[in-house]
Amino acid sequence: MPPIASPLPHFRKPLLETPFHARARELVQTDQFVPWAGYTTVDVFTTVEQEYFAIRNATTLYDLTPMVKYRIAGPDAVDYLNRLVTRDIRKLRPGRVSYVVWCNDRGQVIDDGTVFRLGAAEFRLCTAERQLDWLLDSALGFDVEIGEVTTEIAALAVQGPTSCFVLKRFGLAGIERLKVFEIGEYTVAGRPIMVSRTGFTGDLGYELWMRPADAESVWDGLMAAGRTRGIRAIGSQALNMARIEAGFLLPNVDFVNAEHTVRVGRARSPLELGLGWLVEFDKPHFNGRRALLEERRRGLKRLLVGLDVAGNKPAHNALLYAEQAGRREVGSVTSALWSPTCKRNIALALVEAPHYAPGTTLWADIYLNRELVWERRMARSTVVDRPFFAPDRRRATPPADR
Amino acid sequence: MIASGSPAATRRVDCIVIGGGHNGLVCAAYLARAGRSVLVLEAAGCVGGAAITREFAPGYRVSAGAHLLHLMPRALIDELGLANRGLEYAGRNLPTTALAAGLAPLEVGAAGQPALQALQALSPRDAAAYPAFSARLKRFAAALYPLLDSIPPRLGSDAWADRIALLKLGWRIRALGRRDMRELLRIIGMNAYDLIADEFETPRLRGALGFDAVLGTNFGPRAPGTVLTLLNRLAAESAAGSAPLAQPKGGLGALSEALAKAAVAAGAMVRTGAPVARIRVEADRAAGVVLESGEAIDAGAVISSADAKSTFLKLLGTRHLDTGFVRKVDHLRCRGLAAKLHLALERLPAFPGVSAAALGGRLLIAPSLDYIERAWDHSKYGECSDAPTVEITVPTVNDPSLAPPGRHVLSAIVQYVPYAPRAGWAAERARYTGVVLAALEAHAPGLGASVTAAEFLTPADLEREFGMSGGHWHHGDLAFDQFYMVRPVPGAAQYRTPLAALYLCGASCHPGGGVMGLAGRNAARAVLREAA
Repeated sequence: MPPIASPLPHFRKPLLETPFHARARELVQTDQFVPWAGYTTVDVFTTVEQEYFAIRNATTLYDLTPMVKYRIAGPDAVDYLNRLVTRDIRKLRPGRVSYVVWCNDRGQVIDDGTVFRLGAAEFRLCTAERQLDWLLDSALGFDVEIGEVTTEIAALAVQGPTSCFVLKRFGLAGIERLKVFEIGEYTVAGRPIMVSRTGFTGDLGYELWMRPADAESVWDGLMAAGRTRGIRAIGSQALNMARIEAGFLLPNVDFVNAEHTVRVGRARSPLELGLGWLVEFDKPHFNGRRALLEERRRGLKRLLVGLDVAGNKPAHNALLYAEQAGRREVGSVTSALWSPTCKRNIALALVEAPHYAPGTTLWADIYLNRELVWERRMARSTVVDRPFFAPDRRRATPPADR
Repeated sequence: MIASGSPAATRRVDCIVIGGGHNGLVCAAYLARAGRSVLVLEAAGCVGGAAITREFAPGYRVSAGAHLLHLMPRALIDELGLANRGLEYAGRNLPTTALAAGLAPLEVGAAGQPALQALQALSPRDAAAYPAFSARLKRFAAALYPLLDSIPPRLGSDAWADRIALLKLGWRIRALGRRDMRELLRIIGMNAYDLIADEFETPRLRGALGFDAVLGTNFGPRAPGTVLTLLNRLAAESAAGSAPLAQPKGGLGALSEALAKAAVAAGAMVRTGAPVARIRVEADRAAGVVLESGEAIDAGAVISSADAKSTFLKLLGTRHLDTGFVRKVDHLRCRGLAAKLHLALERLPAFPGVSAAALGGRLLIAPSLDYIERAWDHSKYGECSDAPTVEITVPTVNDPSLAPPGRHVLSAIVQYVPYAPRAGWAAERARYTGVVLAALEAHAPGLGASVTAAEFLTPADLEREFGMSGGHWHHGDLAFDQFYMVRPVPGAAQYRTPLAALYLCGASCHPGGGVMGLAGRNAARAVLREAA
């Protein structure tokens, strides 16, 4: 962690600055910083639209250092992770990444994240929230070491259709051969950089993992390499637009950590979140397995689905009804967006059984504040499959050379 | 050892019971009576667990754990026909005598009835209050007993059986009548100190009553919940078939032998010297066990009388369980604070002022509630109190067979002895044995000179010898958060466990430890209910 250049005692300035902070500070025009996992990070650099279109048309840099990172290593590391998450980690080869969720005893989602298999018995788990207590309690009976390494690693997402070209020009020789969910080790000007072909945009893109001391020079090198490819630093708001199009879930937006919920019925199972494909019942016991089998047997009470909403007004927080008259409430929208790329009004919504079948018509009760006057629209909505946007370039290897 | 059929050749049974302690044997007996093929696997060379009689010095034998029988229900003893299988009493309805330095011993009588004349002379007020107090607690105990004798309901369950069990509990308390119900609800969360101090003024009487509330627990009499532990004990005693405070002939081991015979007579097989290494899991079900010898035995159900920590964390393994459940098991409070002192004596000890009959009962060094509380205070900080609380029995008064002719055995429960004293047991053992001997000597001058051998079992020794986590003879504190429908932990409080076909039947479960046997019987019911 870099020293905090401030005369104030730490408790007067509780948010940390990432190793990219000085660069972000130079570029941010609107001073829109927001706290994220104990760090101050940029919400918007210039305008959301500019940054969003850079994700879909050029290359973007997004500082994801605050993402919580754990090192998990030891003889039982595979068995430990296999008991922790719902996917079968035995199938994850060294040098690969897997998207995972993990559950409590009741089969309700605590968090989602990515597992990096760095070696035969060494992993990195990236999570949205800190949960060392859960990870350590899960380690009882396993020969495994767990430590948080968030501050030891600087992380930068390089995403967009020209990102491969930019990285190549930056000096990552052979980056075009890196496949989706693959990890590569590179050296640029003597600086080791680990690259994974992962991201939160649903587009072509990579995530770079480096020593904090190398962060600024890597940033500068990427900016120089991408100057002719429209490279741009982006904040969390633009990324949020891209992730909704990609159909990715955001903790505390689309679900709440089951261990943090206090009201009955607020926790969500991976099956309810539409992540059943991540749950592998055929592997040895994992947290929540018995509860999830029971849930599958009984049938799902609700399901997180995609919605295609009529009109062009995003259905933020809208309640969903079974009929236009708005009598029978059957769910609510968790994330909503007018998608500039899809030219569709899209949303993620949690819908009660049996109204979640694809093709079902629901009615979204949208409230619009138009110059301080509230208006209400009942918008016809159709349950559709996710993702809304999945271009072929996100998987193409090698990516287009431009 | 006791056996039927040829247990060594058995490869598959309906039910394996891990541990041949009294709860394991009771459970096995009831399962066998219901027609199941049952195999009990005991690690030690004989059955009984901590309820055994063993030699501690050449020619001297003693009950290694509990030394009195007062909690096992009459119905259980009768159903299993223990009287016909060798259970005899050397003494029943034994008196309790409160000792106090410099004062005449106060006999508080048999079965909790103080010799009121003696009390009358000390405090007319206490003598007047005692009968009503005692009767009231007995009414509460009788009302609560059915709880002990049944499978606790599940909290938050929609099942009718659980709802009815909760309704019955409410009704039983309501049926006490308005006054008693209010009084029970007033006192049930209280500490024993306040309850007793409100009623009585004689320190020795207070101490003797308070002692029963905290014996075997991790609490001083001022700790909240000690009225609950007192009522739990009284509830079990209310149905005990032994006329509270009895001494089986041949020690507690004789009871275990009788239980084993009852189990075998019902068709169960009992193997000793067969320590279980692990519980085998197949298709997310308990499928049998593997012994330390490597031998595997299959079973339709595995019932463990080992404590919850040993069962889940060692025998089963955390990888078959969910993190939240493991966390709860790991956090179970089960540090024992009761130690055992065994003395081989050349002659009958003389406690001045204690009658011959009283010497056959139990003698308490608990002269006041504050004395007990102070003894506990030391244990909180990893120290052994120089003024220990002690329950003394001289079993050879009623049962000379335990020692060579003319010789005697003294068996004492010493409280509060920490599991891991700060000084370490290597340094502390000899010193503290001397402290306890000196405390005894103060009440029985000349005792020390007649000691030919001594054995001091710390909670750490009890853990080692009997495999009880923390050396806690209740296999976990009896406290509101580890009681009834959440004992030992939610998710395993109905004798079933998160793993199909794995059950608990030991003192970890409701209604806890002490030589009661109800955990074993309730567990057998749970197994049979499920399999039916």
